[in-house]
Amino acid sequence: MNTHLCKRIIPCLDVRDGRLTKGIKFKNNIDIGDPVETAKKYYEEGADEIVFYDITASHEKRGIMLEVVEKVAKNIFIPFSVGGGINSVEDMRAVLLAGAEKVSINSAAVKNPHLIEEGAMAFGSQAIVVGMDVKQVEKTEKIPSGYEIVIHGGRTYCGIDAIAWAKECERLGAGELCVNSIDADGTKNGYEINLTRTICEAVQIPVIASGGAGKPEDLAEAVTKGKASAALVASIVHYGTYTIKDLKTFLKSHSITVRD
Amino acid sequence: MIAILDYKAGNQTSVLRALNFLNIEACITDKSETLMQADGVIFPGVGAAKQAMDRLTSQKQDELLKQLIEKKMPLLGICLGCQILLDYSEENNTKTLGILAGSCKKFNPDWTDGVDENNNPEKIRIPHMGWNTITIKRESPLLQNIQTGDSVYYVHSFYPKPQDSHLVLATSAYGEEFTAVFGYDGLWAVQFHPEKSGKTGLQLLKNFNAYCEKQRKI
Repeated sequence: MNTHLCKRIIPCLDVRDGRLTKGIKFKNNIDIGDPVETAKKYYEEGADEIVFYDITASHEKRGIMLEVVEKVAKNIFIPFSVGGGINSVEDMRAVLLAGAEKVSINSAAVKNPHLIEEGAMAFGSQAIVVGMDVKQVEKTEKIPSGYEIVIHGGRTYCGIDAIAWAKECERLGAGELCVNSIDADGTKNGYEINLTRTICEAVQIPVIASGGAGKPEDLAEAVTKGKASAALVASIVHYGTYTIKDLKTFLKSHSITVRD
Repeated sequence: MIAILDYKAGNQTSVLRALNFLNIEACITDKSETLMQADGVIFPGVGAAKQAMDRLTSQKQDELLKQLIEKKMPLLGICLGCQILLDYSEENNTKTLGILAGSCKKFNPDWTDGVDENNNPEKIRIPHMGWNTITIKRESPLLQNIQTGDSVYYVHSFYPKPQDSHLVLATSAYGEEFTAVFGYDGLWAVQFHPEKSGKTGLQLLKNFNAYCEKQRKI
């Protein structure tokens, strides 16, 4: 029996106007565009947590996301977080009251770092995840690690060193960091291990590795060499290539502690 | 009916949702009559001990909790609600309810849990956040159909240490072994979040309700 904290596997679902952006195909070949049904499915499969990312563009349709959150909260009893479009303590409150365990803030935190502090004061650090989108750049005086914070899906460079930013988020009260490598994202070539490890060594709070998972070995690497506490997965599970259970079986066979 | 003490704790609605899912009649309330007439009371909690104590004392809910326990009302404290049943918390040196003897301690950042790829011990990260297994130390109606090795969801930086080791019903390990569940029949405290611990957590809530219903019939 293991007696350690388990490494977590966290599926990430992109939601637009209350529907999953890409129909998710499970092994039994059912396309499911409903985030609630999909969340239930992952919950049953043994996901340790779920992340919903709201990419709804129009402000008027934001309320739909809260309805989704409420429905999810009535049906699954593991923690889940919601990111996307959260710009104020009031936005956070609405999502948390609807039943999410955590909120994830990304560009809003870059634009206004105090939002991290305000959120942590109001709801506790455990409720505040800071998502960081990171791109590798040339090492300069300003970006000594060679990893720069970017926003707008990687189109805007912020001139902030990712390591310094991670430490700043921790200082301001973030309970967790989700480190997404824009370079690795979508490649299926594995997580950016050096980035993940560098951030994990710079902070004491848990870090979720994100971007690049293509095979079970990638997750193993992220939580061993990369020192991450958790691995975010998307297409690797959405298209039925692997189930959460397959991934856990693999990790377990490599002596990595996971939840059964 | 299960009454969840309303003192604006972050997880009170999550606890309610889990009970609703289990078809257990429940409400969130700060009314002493409702609490006094319930079959059992859940004392939730997330956040800092100091703020929670300030809120409880300003509303005289600390006294109410003591009255409920005197009346032998079945009570379940969750997370912060579990910690502040003890005398004292190291979190901002806060004097807490003192319903059970003991204190709440901070995880030591020098403790290690697991090893890295070179087999070097890894220092723990704080908060202790995520899934960990429990080891059952003593049989309890609260832990029916829950086994050693089952996983539960934690998020906390402080852990409870009841003075009387006989009260320890289950433990987990994070650097060192710490108390996961303590208490005696009818007064229980759990450090993890049953409302977020999947099927194991739901089972615990079901057990609590079953105990409450049985007591009502006596």
